[in-house]
Amino acid sequence: MKYLEGRIGWTLLVLAGLVFPFVTGNDYHLTVMSTAYIFALATLGLNLITGYTGQFNLAHSGFMALGAYVVGILTVDHQVPFWIAFALSGVITALVGLPLGFVSLRLKGHYFSIFTLCVGYIMFLVIEKWESLTHGTVGIIGIPAPTGFGGYVFDQPRALYYLVFAFLVVGAFVMHRIVTSLLGRTFMAIRNSDELAESLGINLARNKLLSFLLSVFYAGLAGGLYAGFVRFLGPDLAGTHHTFEMTTFMLIGGIGTILGPLLGAIGMPWLSQHLQFLQEYRYVVFGPLIILLVIFVPNGIVGSHLAWKARRASNEAKKQAAAPAAQPVNTTAPQGGATHA
Amino acid sequence: MLKIENLSKRFGGLAAVNEVSTSIEKGKINAIIGPNGAGKTTFFNLISGVHKPTSGRILLDGTDVTHLRTDEVAKLGVSRTFQTTALFDNASVLDNLIVGHRLRTRSGLWDVLVGSSRLKHEEKVCREKARDALDFVGLSHMANRMAGDISQEERKRVAFALALSTDPKVVLLDEPAGGVNPDETVGLAELIRKMVKHGLTVGLIEHKMNMIMSLADKIMVLNYGEKIAEGTPAEIRANPAVIDAYLGSEHADA
Repeated sequence: MKYLEGRIGWTLLVLAGLVFPFVTGNDYHLTVMSTAYIFALATLGLNLITGYTGQFNLAHSGFMALGAYVVGILTVDHQVPFWIAFALSGVITALVGLPLGFVSLRLKGHYFSIFTLCVGYIMFLVIEKWESLTHGTVGIIGIPAPTGFGGYVFDQPRALYYLVFAFLVVGAFVMHRIVTSLLGRTFMAIRNSDELAESLGINLARNKLLSFLLSVFYAGLAGGLYAGFVRFLGPDLAGTHHTFEMTTFMLIGGIGTILGPLLGAIGMPWLSQHLQFLQEYRYVVFGPLIILLVIFVPNGIVGSHLAWKARRASNEAKKQAAAPAAQPVNTTAPQGGATHA
Repeated sequence: MLKIENLSKRFGGLAAVNEVSTSIEKGKINAIIGPNGAGKTTFFNLISGVHKPTSGRILLDGTDVTHLRTDEVAKLGVSRTFQTTALFDNASVLDNLIVGHRLRTRSGLWDVLVGSSRLKHEEKVCREKARDALDFVGLSHMANRMAGDISQEERKRVAFALALSTDPKVVLLDEPAGGVNPDETVGLAELIRKMVKHGLTVGLIEHKMNMIMSLADKIMVLNYGEKIAEGTPAEIRANPAVIDAYLGSEHADA
């Protein structure tokens, strides 16, 4: 088990991702997996603001759709090359996120969530109703496939798979860097208690906004990839059900971890595929599953594993401390133990 | 150190703090006592910038800090603890403390993305600060324990350590001995004395009279948001207004 953690574990995961197309040999599986990666990338972003910073953002799919539409509109209606449009998808999403985040982050807790739920829905409505810009419910058809160097075109499932996979690996690596740094600790201090964080000299407004912008930047890029991958866009992508799906991925895998949202985002679509025969009744399986999970595994799969590891390390530290510290502590220990209960 | 001039805070019609003038004196233990709801915590919240005062001024070493935000006040060296300490229970004690020195570091997103040497250096400094602070409060053997496992008294000590890791000049302690047994209270009192010995200034809210009377250099008594008395422990004990409002007769003679 120990061998599967840290750098070795991640390397194995990347290798598994690399050989997957050779193992399956089935284009449909590749498409399912690539779509899962795209949503995994967006979920990583959502996890930063919600899982690490503690601000439950419900507008996330709106931002993902925004990124997708930037690519769709620029490439189809303005003949902008894919990669320029793609770069702009992250940038424009963050720019739009700036004022929205600034306003909504003034609210705390549930108020923030309700507010962003409305923001997300408004984004959906704008996309659906602003027909001259977004083509409305008709959607955007014929988005060009991403091009590579020397006229290479990413239009085969396998090529697209590797392209999307590369972005996910880089995205996860950067996210890992962020959350394990002092900056990540700052975000987690805010999640833990913004009152305490503020008294420790942390500028709440600035750090929350930074986390929010990074989060929607991920959503925007994921949307941009989605546009280049699916090559058709409809307003449905902005629907709040996508946000809730991503939230489910986070909860199942483990909110506030890197591996958790990845596992959730990749595992759930497969589970969903296997339950396809149940059609709409799938939710009869999913619903109770999620309820059970929230009750019995509130930290998610990865979160529970980490908690178990932390508990073991703590007990180890306790055993070690008990030996040398026994004498000075001894006099008060019996009394102390009783009153803490 | 801290000079408070005619400070008032109204919540609607209620004057939680009313025209209070006092000072938190450098290198001393400045206690604030009073019945529940007297405005003690509100007073701390005003100093640390959580609430904006309705009127009055707060001066820190001569500079006006009345309208600064909490994080700005913290950067100027005013640190505090809360009645209940919110720790991240699933992380180790040390991990909880590392962020305490963040306010003295400058690494931003760019440092994180490129993995700058400044970031590495600052992370090391933060870790050292956390260890030093934990050492100071006598919990270095608890560094790797899970924060959710430790006792109420140890939690209070970790809260002290968090406050100390910000490199403060003034530490405001809000009921540090609340929910802690008498023996442990003595230990916490010693720790507070140790803080002063190391050059810190302490503001202290507490209900445990024995602790206050033996610890404080100076006591201010609040009642219904107003300052009704101020002086040494002996003076406060003899003050009829304080006995009437708060202490009761059993503390009057001792």
